[in-house]
Amino acid sequence: MSNTKTFVYINRKSPYGSVYALESLEVVLIAAAFEQDVKLVFMDDGVFQLTKNQDPADIGMKNFSKTYAALGDYDVNQIYVDEDSLKARGLTLDDLQPLVYEDEDDDWAEKDSITLVNREQLSDVIESADVLLNF
Amino acid sequence: MSTLHTVNKSAFERNSLDSCLSVVKADASVLLIEDAVVCALKNTSICDSIEKAAESGIKFFALREDLKARGLSEQRILDQITLVDYSGFVDLVTQNDRVQNWL
Repeated sequence: MSNTKTFVYINRKSPYGSVYALESLEVVLIAAAFEQDVKLVFMDDGVFQLTKNQDPADIGMKNFSKTYAALGDYDVNQIYVDEDSLKARGLTLDDLQPLVYEDEDDDWAEKDSITLVNREQLSDVIESADVLLNF
Repeated sequence: MSTLHTVNKSAFERNSLDSCLSVVKADASVLLIEDAVVCALKNTSICDSIEKAAESGIKFFALREDLKARGLSEQRILDQITLVDYSGFVDLVTQNDRVQNWL
């Protein structure tokens, strides 16, 4: 376990207009395969990455938003969404796809992966990182 | 002699829309595409600027395909904004005398 580090990924871009969101997701899945402690932050336009009902077929792109639902199976279950960013964009938690994981320490009970955070809590998430990756 | 302005960056992180609105004439059209479609949402921190510009006569459009890609439904879009598809985009280009792309 001494080789485990905390990786915090900070996602601040809207999906599809640039490749950041998709690239972040790919790197997260790779890091998860190495059994590291992974935390994801969605703030600023990054909150649009998690909206429900995405359908980019008509702009000729792949719908990678469905992959977020698989993160729980890779033990990526610490997902922090900045509440101020949602509010500034007229969004609420209900507009985001529900992300869950099964807690092996609690008889595999299904639990929410998403935690809404304020800027102070976000600051603590950043301070908890050994490695920070920004997209 | 009218101008079509296209904006493709989110107003939450870039000043493209602000720059556009600072020079746009009252008979112009502004089309929000790609990441700029997030500017079309109701109840945001930036919707005042669009509502104010629309009051002065500027026509606003947003590309339906880009909204759909991002899971943003039509009900969430400001009443002042008309949704168009790609062929409507082409119509706007032909109806105007020139296109200014705020990249």
